[in-house]
Amino acid sequence: MTRQIYEAIVDGILGGGVYALMAVGLTLIFGVLDIINIAQGILVVTGAYLSYALSVHLHIGLFTGLLITVPAMFVLGVAIHWAFIRPLRGRERTSMSLLACYAVAIIIEGVLYRFFGPGYVTLRASYITSSIRLLGFYLPYIYLYGFALAVALVAALYLLLYRTKFGRSVRATMQDQTAARLVGIDVNRVAALTFGIGVAVTAAGGMAYGATSGGFSPNSGYDLISRLLAIIILGGLGSIGGALVAAVFMITVESVVDIWSPNWAIVVFYAALVIVLTVRPEGMFGRAPTRAQ
Amino acid sequence: MSAARGARGARGAVRWPGPARSAAAGPGAALAVLVVLALFPRFVSNGLATTIAVYAVLFAAAASAWNIFSGYSGYISLGHAVFFGTGAYTVAIGARDWQLGGDQVFALLPLAAAAAAAVAVPFGLVALRVRRHTFVVITIAVFFIFQLMAFNFSFTAGSTGIIAPILNWQPATYNEPFYYLALAVAAGTAGLAWIIRGSRFGLQLRAIRDDEDRARGLGVRAMQVKLGAFVISAFVTGLVGGIWFYFIGEALPQFAFDPLFDLSVALMAFFGGLGTVWGPVLGALVIESAQQYLTVQITNDYLSEILLGALFLLVILFLPRGVIPTCGELITSWRARHRGRAPAGHAGAGQPGAGQPGAGQPATAGEVP
Repeated sequence: MTRQIYEAIVDGILGGGVYALMAVGLTLIFGVLDIINIAQGILVVTGAYLSYALSVHLHIGLFTGLLITVPAMFVLGVAIHWAFIRPLRGRERTSMSLLACYAVAIIIEGVLYRFFGPGYVTLRASYITSSIRLLGFYLPYIYLYGFALAVALVAALYLLLYRTKFGRSVRATMQDQTAARLVGIDVNRVAALTFGIGVAVTAAGGMAYGATSGGFSPNSGYDLISRLLAIIILGGLGSIGGALVAAVFMITVESVVDIWSPNWAIVVFYAALVIVLTVRPEGMFGRAPTRAQ
Repeated sequence: MSAARGARGARGAVRWPGPARSAAAGPGAALAVLVVLALFPRFVSNGLATTIAVYAVLFAAAASAWNIFSGYSGYISLGHAVFFGTGAYTVAIGARDWQLGGDQVFALLPLAAAAAAAVAVPFGLVALRVRRHTFVVITIAVFFIFQLMAFNFSFTAGSTGIIAPILNWQPATYNEPFYYLALAVAAGTAGLAWIIRGSRFGLQLRAIRDDEDRARGLGVRAMQVKLGAFVISAFVTGLVGGIWFYFIGEALPQFAFDPLFDLSVALMAFFGGLGTVWGPVLGALVIESAQQYLTVQITNDYLSEILLGALFLLVILFLPRGVIPTCGELITSWRARHRGRAPAGHAGAGQPGAGQPGAGQPATAGEVP
């Protein structure tokens, strides 16, 4: 029993790293653009399908394939922002952008059905099936690789945000858009690039998700987005550190509850969200919202 | 902004050209539409057409109910499928466990509405503490909890679902009772939406939409008002869910708790005009008919999904305020131009200069033709 719990915790932390990567993209987009990209879930699935298509049809390895899928998803993100998010203006912008992202999501879902069908597919590679013996139990290599990838990318994002000029303008935009505009930051460009980066990480996240989840279908987007939303709300909207902590925490809790009841594990996830929000509506690391002027 | 406009209209002291006239024309036009819809099955007996009509009218009720909460208060709910599914499952479980058959099961419909309203109270108490994005996300999260519960509990029969009792009705006129029932609910909901919009309660809701903090400062009990609208909205949605269950004949978790339901009602309201009385009804009649027709014509699921999404994007990008407000504006501006020319023709009918600040006064003269 103790060993099972121990194993579940390790699984949860490693899997949580992958979710953290996807959630950071989502919370970054929120911080800069003040919109929630409901399409993030289906974009993760799209990333997984791209890796799948590359490996099946062109025999490109999953990790090598990221060199193609990450830029491709970046371009897709910038395109979505340019076509559907940027034109939205006015008082209803918040709800409009949510619905626009939702509409984009169901279009992408339909396109995935068209090309890949409703069945489940799995990513194949030697490191997905083979395991390493670690501290008394077996762990597929992909869990370690996926976690390493997530850590590397989150670190890269951190460096981008905190050590570059672009990162400084992103953070300035997150803090105060009007002031950022006043000091000469091209806020529209920052917004487009941020949306692109937020979507680009789904390519890596999707590959890791596809390899560790044991199968995915176009329908998996709903399950993913609801978890991701729970994670970023729990961590506090717009807080990157909060998203990291919440992702690892929630996936670990889910993984532990899964030992007793696989069917109810996901409910615990949402129940935790509801409880936390009743006590602290701004999330664990969020700032209390200031009154809009 | 519109709350202020409503306040003037309610007092009746100031003639306010646009909304005042549309409010007066509203009941007449609505009555005409209702008569046409009521006579519809008399002239059309095609089974496919009446089936589509039942769905369209059911969704008119659902979209109107959604609008009573989300349109008036500005809190966009993407969790109304919770009430829809609760209504459907209440009727399904009641009919199964109490062994009701035939027409008896319709007696369960009030129970479906009451169950949905009962669910709305704790749901609202948690979700309405937060605003904007967080509210939307909480409604989505609660929605998924309910879908998972329907999948996992034994009394909902999980993914097997529950079959509706068989109704021994003539196949030729099978749809008719459903149609009239749905029409009665839709008409009742639209009427309710109309009454609420003109009432103090509706004014408080729209004040919350425009600026919740200021509304609270002015003495609006925001939580009570929001929760009241949420429960009313849930009540009707549960009723619609119950009727839908009989009509479609079974309750499955993925269809009773369907994320596309949330998106559809929101799309209908946005298409017709969010926060207007007749917009969601119009949106539902147009979009649901088109969608049902397309689903029959195009057998590919994914294509109808892509079309729904594309239509949604088109509405958001090109008609962001909805059909009814946009048309209303066009008519008002056309009338204003028309009116501007008319006095110039009749010498002494009115001074053109009066058209600047007090544009409301010459309107009475220009209104006659």
